[in-house]
Amino acid sequence: MNSHLNISRRTFIKATALAVGGLVIAFSTPNAKRFLLPGIANANASEEGKKLPTPNAFLRVGTDNTLTVMLAHSEMGQSIWTTLPMLIAEELDADWSKIKVMHAPAAPEYIHTAYGIQITGGSSTTWSEFDRYRQAGALTRALLVSAAANKLGVAVESLKTENGFVISGDTKISYGDLAEAAAKLETPKTVTLKAPKDWKIIGKATKRLDGPEKINGTAMFGQDVHFDGLMTAMVARSPVFGGTVKSFDASASKKIKGVHQVLQVPSGVAVIADNYWAAKQGRDALKVEWDLGKNASLDSKAMLVEFRKLANTQGLTAASMGDIKTAAAKASKTLEAEYSLPYLAHSPMEPLNCTVKISKDACEIWTGTQMPGTDQQAAAKILGLKPEQVTMHTLFLGGGFGRRANPAADFVSEAVQVAKAAGVPVKTVWSREDDVKGGYYRPMYLHKAKIGVDAKGLPVAWEHVAVGQSIMLGTPFEAYQIKDGVDATSVEGVADSPYVKGTPNHHVSLHTPKIGVPVLWWRSVGHSHSAFVMESLIDELAHAAGRDSLDYRRQILKDHPRHLAALNLAAEKSGWGKPLAKGVFRGIAVHESFGSFVTQVAEVSVDKGVVKVHRMVCAIDCGLSVNPDSLKAQMESSISFGLGAAMQSEVTFKDGMVQQSNFHDYKVMRMNEMPKVEVYIVQSTEKMGGVGEPGLPPVAPAVTNAIFAATGKRIRTLPIGDQLV
Amino acid sequence: MITLNINGKDVQLDAAEDMPILWALRDIVHLTGTKFGCGMALCGACTVHLDGQAIRSCVTPIAAAVGKKISTIEHMQNDKVGQAVQAAWSAVDVVQCGYCQSGQIMAATALLTSNQKPTDEDIDAAMSGNICRCGTYPRIRAAIHEAANKLA
Ligand code: FES
Ligand code: FES
Repeated sequence: MNSHLNISRRTFIKATALAVGGLVIAFSTPNAKRFLLPGIANANASEEGKKLPTPNAFLRVGTDNTLTVMLAHSEMGQSIWTTLPMLIAEELDADWSKIKVMHAPAAPEYIHTAYGIQITGGSSTTWSEFDRYRQAGALTRALLVSAAANKLGVAVESLKTENGFVISGDTKISYGDLAEAAAKLETPKTVTLKAPKDWKIIGKATKRLDGPEKINGTAMFGQDVHFDGLMTAMVARSPVFGGTVKSFDASASKKIKGVHQVLQVPSGVAVIADNYWAAKQGRDALKVEWDLGKNASLDSKAMLVEFRKLANTQGLTAASMGDIKTAAAKASKTLEAEYSLPYLAHSPMEPLNCTVKISKDACEIWTGTQMPGTDQQAAAKILGLKPEQVTMHTLFLGGGFGRRANPAADFVSEAVQVAKAAGVPVKTVWSREDDVKGGYYRPMYLHKAKIGVDAKGLPVAWEHVAVGQSIMLGTPFEAYQIKDGVDATSVEGVADSPYVKGTPNHHVSLHTPKIGVPVLWWRSVGHSHSAFVMESLIDELAHAAGRDSLDYRRQILKDHPRHLAALNLAAEKSGWGKPLAKGVFRGIAVHESFGSFVTQVAEVSVDKGVVKVHRMVCAIDCGLSVNPDSLKAQMESSISFGLGAAMQSEVTFKDGMVQQSNFHDYKVMRMNEMPKVEVYIVQSTEKMGGVGEPGLPPVAPAVTNAIFAATGKRIRTLPIGDQLV
Repeated sequence: MITLNINGKDVQLDAAEDMPILWALRDIVHLTGTKFGCGMALCGACTVHLDGQAIRSCVTPIAAAVGKKISTIEHMQNDKVGQAVQAAWSAVDVVQCGYCQSGQIMAATALLTSNQKPTDEDIDAAMSGNICRCGTYPRIRAAIHEAANKLA
């Protein structure tokens, strides 16, 4: 990934004509200060980021009037296929019906403006491309207007643009007719962007451009790649992480019709066949003796015991202020609580897959990935090629949620190894069982807090210990994300929580046990566990103080206007404090992540221990909302994803092996469990934040706080499962 | 050789009788609109119609389809109810990643074909076998009601 980091600092903006005709705008500007990573809120907050943008955008005005927008990011459901073109179209005064969209290849031009590698993650696409994509539109417009001025012999200032045309009095010239002339012009050195009051597209609910093909079945996902001579492979992997092949017997596999080769690869044994069905049968028939290695005794229950033991001692300091001991001794009451959350699989709907075609000096890869540059480099290394000899074709991702952004490039590397060993083009596919058992989970976490409150019930001493694996350790992000042994993403939402920071004496520390379970960012990263803990704890404190959950939060968050705005809007829309149907109770939670502030209010009933969520009311302040409808869709999505994890999902280990395998035991939300959802957007001119993840963190605590209101029982372990039965 | 009727056309396949319809469609006929999600009738991504009934093609062998009509997402533009469902999906802007949506549309079309005015409970019963990891459930529900209204 590092050659990407050395991109030229020289400013250059150029327009070039392509052989195919038309105008192609490519530009890049000096490298921005490399901000940290997904998970660090407000990476866009810095003025420096605004002065020194990095991004690169490409767009092509075809002589046939099409406008092709290249996406530096991957479409995985979050609707950037529509949002990024909106930014360009706004400044270009484009004809929206003429827009086509493509995923960009892996190339230095497409490096993330803040993260320094080509990545889709951290709920960052829209804010990180907000200037670049608008500038690309504005630059293109300027060139087209100049070309029209030359052609008509009039001043640039006398021209206006509308819906894909340059207009001079009664004369209209289409952008396509100007594209070739515009391509020969010198690109302006500066460009003025529209004032927000003149926006016609930004801020308007806009239908998805990828809707039609996803409705009629023609949308192409990695799984759908096919060409003559392509084989399908499945890999038998060790049932214990880190295990290796001792020996294998492929005789039964090879008898299956359609199985061509059975080969050992670094990650296990690959069965290469004509199609999925043959590969699966071949793999089922395979006999492999494994050396299970040192993780063969992994056990979730034992891990929990170990985590608990660790939590009894302070870990490495993540945040500290005042004198915790003295303050604790003086507190009028003390609350002590332990919270825990399990490993979670992302389980995107499209199981992982990757197609690889290797030739003498080149390699082509087709896959759905959030990190094409990283995958490209991993493939190049395996094959002894230069990164630019590896062409990445990014297809639609059938969900990502973080799983398709792997610094270790696991599924791409494996597919390259398989194709290399097989000597033919191969699509390596995962079954759902492979996905559930395949690792790269949201790590298991345990938090322990000891909070002393004053006579009014407000926290004066907050001691907090978190225990869980580091996501960043051993990745190229380690240098930026781990300081003095503390992985910032392990304690995000705790160490920087307004509750902790507002407590005059506090100490947050972290234990990072090394466990042989591969872990990875899972939608909302550290916030996926920290918000549950913090918003439950604050609810416990409110209850202990005999206060209303909303009022108590309002008081503590009085100097946090964006939290308050989200709280107040959700409270108002949910009818907080007003009577509910018999047996239905409310819970509330608010959390900041990825630069956005979200409140969720859950309405829940508990009948014989069975929890039913009836309604979720969500309010978000993410600053400007570029496409309010896709923002709402992301909140709906986060609520579903978050509820699944809150209610039922978990990955557990026994004898080193994952105990779940498919959607019958790795349970996720279904239609009959989905509550009514209402989403409200705070009208805000504050800094832009993300929307793909921030809706999720407050979901679980809103539900468990409602359960407490309903039953008096405090859920401190997720999933809720049948704890109340 | 096995002969299957797929989207109104007879197609000859050189495949074992126990091959699930899903893999015959995807890997032999190269109709890839029908998706694989679980292989165990747990997620509905592979839903197609067999003589108009929604079935899970990942667990239904091609032998079971001989003499019957298989209809897939690629055929829904020719189906009156399918058209209404697709139009409603577009009006509500249901999709996100899109991977589950072929199966959702096939399940919804089968529901609306047999039940012109489904209640929320009917929708729960008919659609709970179709997982959407992107959580488009509220919009799917709204789109089914919308299609029902348009068809009425
Ligand atoms: S793939 Fe058939 S139900 Fe999931
Ligand atoms: S739209 Fe992504 S799984 Fe349903």
